[in-house]
Amino acid sequence: MMAGIAVSTNINGDNAEFLCHADETLLDVLRDRLGLMGAKEGCGTGDCGACSIILDDCLVCSCLVLGAEAEGRRIETVEGMAQGDQLHPLQQKFLEHAALQCGICTPGFLIAAKDLLAKNPDPTEEEIRFGLAGNLCRCTGYDKIVRAVQDAADVMRGA
Amino acid sequence: MNFDPSHSKRSFSSVGTRPIRPDGVDKVTGRARYGADFNMPGQLVGRILRSPHAHAIIRKIDTTKAAQLPGVKAVLTAADLPDLTNGDAAMYDILDNCMARKKALYDGHAVAAVAAIDARTAKQALKLIEVEYELLPHVTDVDQAFAPDAPLINDTIFTTGVDPKPDRPSNVSMRSQFGHGDVDAGMARADFVVERTFKTEQTHQGYIEPHACVASVSSDGTADLWVCTQGHFVYRQHCAQLLGMDVSKLRVTSSEIGGGFGGKTHVWAEPVALALSRKAGRPVKLVMTRDEVFRASGPTSATSIDVKIGALKDGTIIAADATLRYSCGPYAGAWAEVGAMTAFACYKLENVRTVGYEVLVNRPKTAAYRAPSAPMAAFAVESAIDELAKKVGMDPVDFRIRNAAQEGTNASYGPIYGPIGIGPTLEAVKDHPHMKAPLGKNQGRGMACGFWFNFGGQTCTDLNIGMDGTVSLAVGTVDVGGSRASLSLVAAEELGIDYSQVRAVIADTSSLGYNDMTDGSRGTFSSSMATISAARNAIKILRERAAQMWDIPVEDVTWENGHAVAKGETHGNLPKLSLKEIAAASGTTGGPIAGHSEIVADGAGVSFATHICDIEVDPETGATKVLRYTVVQDAGKAVHPTYVEGQYQGGAAQGIGWALNEEYIYGKDGRLQNAGFLDYRIPVCSDLPMIDTQILEIPNPNHPYGVRGVGETSIVPPLAAVANAVSNAVGVRMLHIPMSPPRILAALDA
Repeated sequence: MMAGIAVSTNINGDNAEFLCHADETLLDVLRDRLGLMGAKEGCGTGDCGACSIILDDCLVCSCLVLGAEAEGRRIETVEGMAQGDQLHPLQQKFLEHAALQCGICTPGFLIAAKDLLAKNPDPTEEEIRFGLAGNLCRCTGYDKIVRAVQDAADVMRGA
Repeated sequence: MNFDPSHSKRSFSSVGTRPIRPDGVDKVTGRARYGADFNMPGQLVGRILRSPHAHAIIRKIDTTKAAQLPGVKAVLTAADLPDLTNGDAAMYDILDNCMARKKALYDGHAVAAVAAIDARTAKQALKLIEVEYELLPHVTDVDQAFAPDAPLINDTIFTTGVDPKPDRPSNVSMRSQFGHGDVDAGMARADFVVERTFKTEQTHQGYIEPHACVASVSSDGTADLWVCTQGHFVYRQHCAQLLGMDVSKLRVTSSEIGGGFGGKTHVWAEPVALALSRKAGRPVKLVMTRDEVFRASGPTSATSIDVKIGALKDGTIIAADATLRYSCGPYAGAWAEVGAMTAFACYKLENVRTVGYEVLVNRPKTAAYRAPSAPMAAFAVESAIDELAKKVGMDPVDFRIRNAAQEGTNASYGPIYGPIGIGPTLEAVKDHPHMKAPLGKNQGRGMACGFWFNFGGQTCTDLNIGMDGTVSLAVGTVDVGGSRASLSLVAAEELGIDYSQVRAVIADTSSLGYNDMTDGSRGTFSSSMATISAARNAIKILRERAAQMWDIPVEDVTWENGHAVAKGETHGNLPKLSLKEIAAASGTTGGPIAGHSEIVADGAGVSFATHICDIEVDPETGATKVLRYTVVQDAGKAVHPTYVEGQYQGGAAQGIGWALNEEYIYGKDGRLQNAGFLDYRIPVCSDLPMIDTQILEIPNPNHPYGVRGVGETSIVPPLAAVANAVSNAVGVRMLHIPMSPPRILAALDA
């Protein structure tokens, strides 16, 4: 029961190996074993999206994924969005539009927005709102988040 | 504090601009460290056992088995904490809420805690703690608890504020009253009267970050606490007092905070974490689950409010009366008092009376939630005002303009107003294109006003100038949403340097004098006053140093645009000295250059807002959709307008959630049934439209830049604005918040 499961995975382009318990969530592995604290635990039940990551091109709440399920998969977290000191356009636009106040939901929103724009590079306001409906923000009322995503989408399309 | 009026700025170069916040990059890259993002070597995991019962005597707690479990390093009950039974009553309540001593007073009340080597061991240990309860009758509804035959929660509570003192205890801890004139005589003269009773359900602040801390108590009596809080100095004070420590031995560092909205102004788990660490001799990390946050932190009051307002044919409100019952959890509170103070604050009234009752219930202890108590009172009053305007035959905006408070008005809660923004926000709303936009079928428009006092309080700030002329600003008010940006702008403005030359940090409790917490919309208001004062003190030293470098009298040196300038016919041709040049020479002119400020930031200007809401109601399902929303609010002076807009939008969104969806639902067993974000549903992105904002600037005469607090007022009007919109859409007056689909259908069927 207490024996660890050996897992090999890839996080933000780098290979990573870890031991975890069978019942340990991927969120706990990222935060407690690998020191990647960008994903946050807001609820632990998949309702708030603060722990959002991309797992093999699929947006998931890492609190609902077991660490052992990461075997052989590709994981993207907020820590992998910037390239060196070059921010991702979404990160830059979140700053410019003040799309964060407390910032605890921001990593989850950035990941969810990255996934949204990868699948729909030119979303309408409604598509953005429904695309981000799995992420809770209590500070902003979402207005500036939607505008930041719209603006980033324009930049990323070269519009 | 006194500011030389000659320093008052008429135009600004930094203040009013919209630069990127200094803590921004860390927050978009995942580097920023919040409460749960910190660890210490040798750290244990703390967890709390909570009562499943709403009201029960704790007969016995047996921790033997838990303590014997391998990996468990400390087990704690109230018996391990100081007994404050005969001490300060308020402190007793705080500690009793952290760890129940004699009775469990609500579902979720802490009864024991453990520290273990990991989370799974800690969880296992909680299951081994045996608690023997004797169940008592409970009451969770505010009106039922108010009734004379209600189950009694605390037999030492006798209603204060009534004469003579009651001869038996009750669940009403205090009665308060405000007003002036003769309400009964005024009401008798009224041509039109509206009388209604309103209810609002209990809501939670809903911050996304659960409470989290790491406590480390050393055997030499010193201790460190890392914690997400709105007020680390207040947490230090409370924790030290509760645990019998010297204040200066405890250093509290505030983490980045993942939302608070008033909910992180009270200690919950922190004294427990410190006590566990002291007992175990190792650091303890304690992070609440979301379930614990809902069940055992501090939601706002549930309320029941009677309102009666009378008007003359010409539209003058002749009398206004309200009785407000607010739940305060199982301990004495002062929430209805605040509701009673704010209820009619928007209006100029000849005869007004409000009476507040604090009502104990078997629910978690009520905590502040953004402009605490004001939204519910505004819901009741603004709903009745809307109805009265219709009876009089006036447009609801014109009716409010006619009765709006103005400079010189005797406020219903006592003071005489200075320059205020209620009239201007109403005029702006009257002229707003939103008010003229057409509405479709099943759609309604509502508007409402709101008031909040704002607060100043104790504030201490250090401004340190580096050898290269750049500036470190050490602030003691926790940054909940961008204040490091606004305070950097203020420092840059005052010193005459660029924003990029200033770095603001939130200093820990051992590095700065005491600061009240970030509440009452005081963060930017009070710390900007202290920053201005600190900068002016630094400028005085900079001028002295320049005088020394030039060898001229200091009276002949002025400070202009970041430079010392020699004036007068004798020295006028000396080349000016930059801050950077003076700083570089500081080692030979007298040492480091800094400005300090310790103030009580009096004179927080009161704040007013008016909101407009368009809503569509599906008459078959009762479902609602907010179509358009506009916020107009007075900021005094917007230091960083983008973050001011953010405060307006965020408060409106929280109010919309409160109005339409959010509520604590208790079963007959007294247990909370929806302690999670799935069933306690806060607004998501697809629930809301863009939220338009209009910032008005009616300067606060008590602040050198005219700043007023902006954080809270935005949650005051939405309950009423949305309720007025729904009422107009369906043609039935809505009396119960939240207006969830079942309640709307019930109202339509009634």
